[in-house]
Amino acid sequence: MEKFEKLTGIAAPLPMVNIDTDMIIPKQFLKTIKRTGLGVNLFDEMRYDDDGNEIPDFVLNKPQYREAEILVAGANFGCGSSREHAPWAIKDFGIRCVIAPSFADIFYNNCFKNGILPIALPQEQVDVLMKEAEKGANARITVDLEAQTITTSDGEVFSFEVDSFKKHCLLEGLDDIALTMEKAAAIDAFEEKAGAARPWV
Amino acid sequence: MSPKTLYDKIWDAHLAHEAEDGTSLLYIDRHLVHEVTSPQAFEGLRLSGRTVRAPDKTIAVPDHNVPTTPDRVNGITNEESRIQVEALDTNAKEFGINYYPVNDVRQGIVHIVGPEQGWTLPGMTVVCGDSHTATHGAFGALAHGIGTSEVEHVLATQTLIQKKSKNMKVEITGELAPGVTAKDITLSVIGHTGTAGGTGYVIEYCGEAIRSLSMEGRMTVCNMAIEGGARAGLIAPDEKTFEYIKGRPHAPKGAQWEAALTWWKTLYSDDDAHWDKVVTIKGEDIAPVVTWGTSPEDVLPITAEVPAPDTFKGGKTEAAKRALEYMGLKPGQKLSEIEIDTVFIGSCTNGRIEDLRAAAEILKGKKIAVKRAMVVPGSGLVRAQAEEEGLADIFKEAGFEWRLAGCSMCLAMNPDQLSPGERCAATSNRNFEGRQGRGGRTHLMSPAMAAAAAVTGRLTDVREMM
Ligand code: SF4
Repeated sequence: MEKFEKLTGIAAPLPMVNIDTDMIIPKQFLKTIKRTGLGVNLFDEMRYDDDGNEIPDFVLNKPQYREAEILVAGANFGCGSSREHAPWAIKDFGIRCVIAPSFADIFYNNCFKNGILPIALPQEQVDVLMKEAEKGANARITVDLEAQTITTSDGEVFSFEVDSFKKHCLLEGLDDIALTMEKAAAIDAFEEKAGAARPWV
Repeated sequence: MSPKTLYDKIWDAHLAHEAEDGTSLLYIDRHLVHEVTSPQAFEGLRLSGRTVRAPDKTIAVPDHNVPTTPDRVNGITNEESRIQVEALDTNAKEFGINYYPVNDVRQGIVHIVGPEQGWTLPGMTVVCGDSHTATHGAFGALAHGIGTSEVEHVLATQTLIQKKSKNMKVEITGELAPGVTAKDITLSVIGHTGTAGGTGYVIEYCGEAIRSLSMEGRMTVCNMAIEGGARAGLIAPDEKTFEYIKGRPHAPKGAQWEAALTWWKTLYSDDDAHWDKVVTIKGEDIAPVVTWGTSPEDVLPITAEVPAPDTFKGGKTEAAKRALEYMGLKPGQKLSEIEIDTVFIGSCTNGRIEDLRAAAEILKGKKIAVKRAMVVPGSGLVRAQAEEEGLADIFKEAGFEWRLAGCSMCLAMNPDQLSPGERCAATSNRNFEGRQGRGGRTHLMSPAMAAAAAVTGRLTDVREMM
């Protein structure tokens, strides 16, 4: 997995609540058997009209946000279907960090498996960052995972919470499965014990 | 010993390893797999030279992509769908996992097939790369959706890296009024707590109204725990649960059954267990409901009117405006006067035999007044049973299409889709923009309510037809 340490980039504002994974990547793009190539269809139905032309008003179509690496959004981001295609599409577009007042659980977890940092902040702080993002390409936001801080172009600093294990994996770009396999002995022991206690499983 | 919730008990019984910071490896008893969220996971295994650790605990079935018309026996015409289903065929064979291919009579929606075949049992941990895995919580199993990376993790290690969620109790007291069903309970709870109300929690549903539900009804309730934001929903097992399970193909038998039963009977929340959040709703206060917007929390009794966006607070005002525009509705419009084009009865929320019975009860001897209506049984076995009980004939005579099993119009990844502006009364679980097809307008409701809407051509209070 790609590491995430520190990022300074353009933040795109998307001030909507309940952005669900169907909006992030509509189902017709779920028929792939690969993880890559979904970026062009990120937010497809908001981004393109029925004929496939770009809708100029949509934030990621605006010239100043085409290179956005951070997304600032409303509460309950990523709700709905568990599709990991949502973070794959976000990552493939080039976004590495999403900031919102709250996230749906599965989406939040899926981000970490793909080198994306989701940050939940109180609404007032997201409001400040939303304003900042609205300034366009001149206002670059810096996200520092090690220090757990977000710094605006004006130098205002917000700190954020992140689970220590998830942070470690993201900083080091660690593969979960390899880490778990190191605990094979514990899993073997558990399987034996549970198999004796609940043989019907 | 300190008192525990049901969630605590199942968690403790599956903890294979716990690090100092509380990061845990939870052992997984059942891993359900479908064609959409698994190809990249199997590919990952191959690339890293790993195998499936417990193929006997892994069960796969194609459901999301499969057409539900009878001609599917001749193969799937959409090329990408066919490739995904074929990938599952190959992966199931190559890794030696349990498999119900598309033309097996036991094929169906993964969350209907699991319980039906006796794979889902009380006290188990159940995962699937699908958010509606919460359905299996109806058996007192800890069941939740996971992403594809986690699917790969479970395939390789039979465990999941987890942190414990908080405990939330949702109690539905008393009795339900006539015409009110499990679907109305679960939608009303979401209307009450919001789509993020359960975030960070595992919900246990309890109370008299929940106890009196059938297993089918309980599955409907738990199915939509995810729409309420919760990781999982649970209902403590009881005699009804055991009765449902007994004799199913993969249920324990003989001495093992007795041993299992002894353990299952310990699976309840202790009286003085700690709850981080409690919600209580009176069963009598729940009415037959429908959704008017594009979020499952946009729920109102069928007797209500379309709300005005400025009656909402915070970011929700904008969302409501957008929802009304998308749905083509005006504030103050009576919900019961909204005309519909299409009726869809099916999905993992309401595609079980009891749901079909409830809809058929309303439709008996009547004709539909909508452009199209379809019933998609949740599995081939539900379909067969409905045919045997004469329900299929009632649907067909009323003018419904009688389909083969699959997810169908619940998510429109297959040929069953709404066209732009088409308005649908649906028994599924999501009314998001474009969920049932680009520009499609979805109103969620119970099977009986959907049947009533089919007969009148508008959203209808089913109580008028009882
Ligand atoms: S029926 Fe709908 S909600 Fe259920 S698994 Fe299929 S697509 Fe998902």
